[in-house]
Amino acid sequence: MSTDTQLDSWEVFMQARTGANFIHQGSIHASDKKMALQNARDTYSRRGEGTSIWVVPTSEIVASSPEDVDMLFDPSNDKIYRMPTFYTMPEGAKNI
Amino acid sequence: MTKQEALFKYTLRLGDNALILSQRLSEWCSNAPFIEEDLALTNFALDMIGRSQALLKYAGELEGLNRTEDMLAYRRSERQYYNNLLVEQPNGDFAVTMVRQLFISVFEKYYYTEMQKSSDEMLAAIAAKTLKEVKYHLAHAEDWVIRLGDGTGESHYRTQKAIDDLWMFSGELFEMDEVDSKLIAEGIAIDLDKIRPLWKAYIANVFNNGALQIPQDGYMQTGSRQGIHTEYLGHLLSEMQYLQRAYPDAQW
Repeated sequence: MSTDTQLDSWEVFMQARTGANFIHQGSIHASDKKMALQNARDTYSRRGEGTSIWVVPTSEIVASSPEDVDMLFDPSNDKIYRMPTFYTMPEGAKNI
Repeated sequence: MTKQEALFKYTLRLGDNALILSQRLSEWCSNAPFIEEDLALTNFALDMIGRSQALLKYAGELEGLNRTEDMLAYRRSERQYYNNLLVEQPNGDFAVTMVRQLFISVFEKYYYTEMQKSSDEMLAAIAAKTLKEVKYHLAHAEDWVIRLGDGTGESHYRTQKAIDDLWMFSGELFEMDEVDSKLIAEGIAIDLDKIRPLWKAYIANVFNNGALQIPQDGYMQTGSRQGIHTEYLGHLLSEMQYLQRAYPDAQW
């Protein structure tokens, strides 16, 4: 018999109001979807935060590796033309 | 007994049930099997203390002796409490707590559904708010009873034992006396005979899903309508009331 009594890990995302983005709140333990929703509700919406909850098994999340941080994120830093502020607004243009 | 006196007693019972079960559940704080369950059980306790606050405040107004909800909660002795014996039973293991919660939540689901139609506006309003909370308590308790009943040999054994041990306290939920009959006639109280078959059918279905046996109806414990309790209530009150008894009117 397994001695791990902590059940599986799930990530919790909550929406503060209808139409808003779901924001990561943290993680919880649960043995299935139903329990995950209940535990997420009890852990992260005790004071009326939120209108909707997503729970996702932590093992299903694909994360980038810290070692790849240079490869993934550095190249964008020296290409300032990727920023909207690079472009000067033509004088007289109204609807930009 | 006037209608006002009957309504006071009736409201007090409902408030006491919520208060005592809240106190019991709060004992799980920092002791539950895991953190999420710890939060769930203390959430339930907070729901119930809110409900008891509303009910005891209303009871105090009905009584007309200027007793606040806090005075009713902290200055009455054991024999002046009218909660069902079921809610004062010790937490036991997790299975006992969940079976107790299932019994009471199924009862409260049907009870507060009916109570929303009460001719007493205050009770009807409290019922509408309470029902949302009760539905969640029930979903949680029901899931766990099925999970444990249909789980390992050990969890099944403990859950069936909890059912067998607590069954004798289930009959009292449906007891009625002159307070009830007077208020039923006024359209205020609920006829518990109508709820009993619904309760039993719901419980039987949960047990069926959890591979659990419904016990034979044998001797049923009774007494709370007269303020007679099991040996556990006095100990619970001595802990709950300690501060107000030792330092009356203490504020924080």
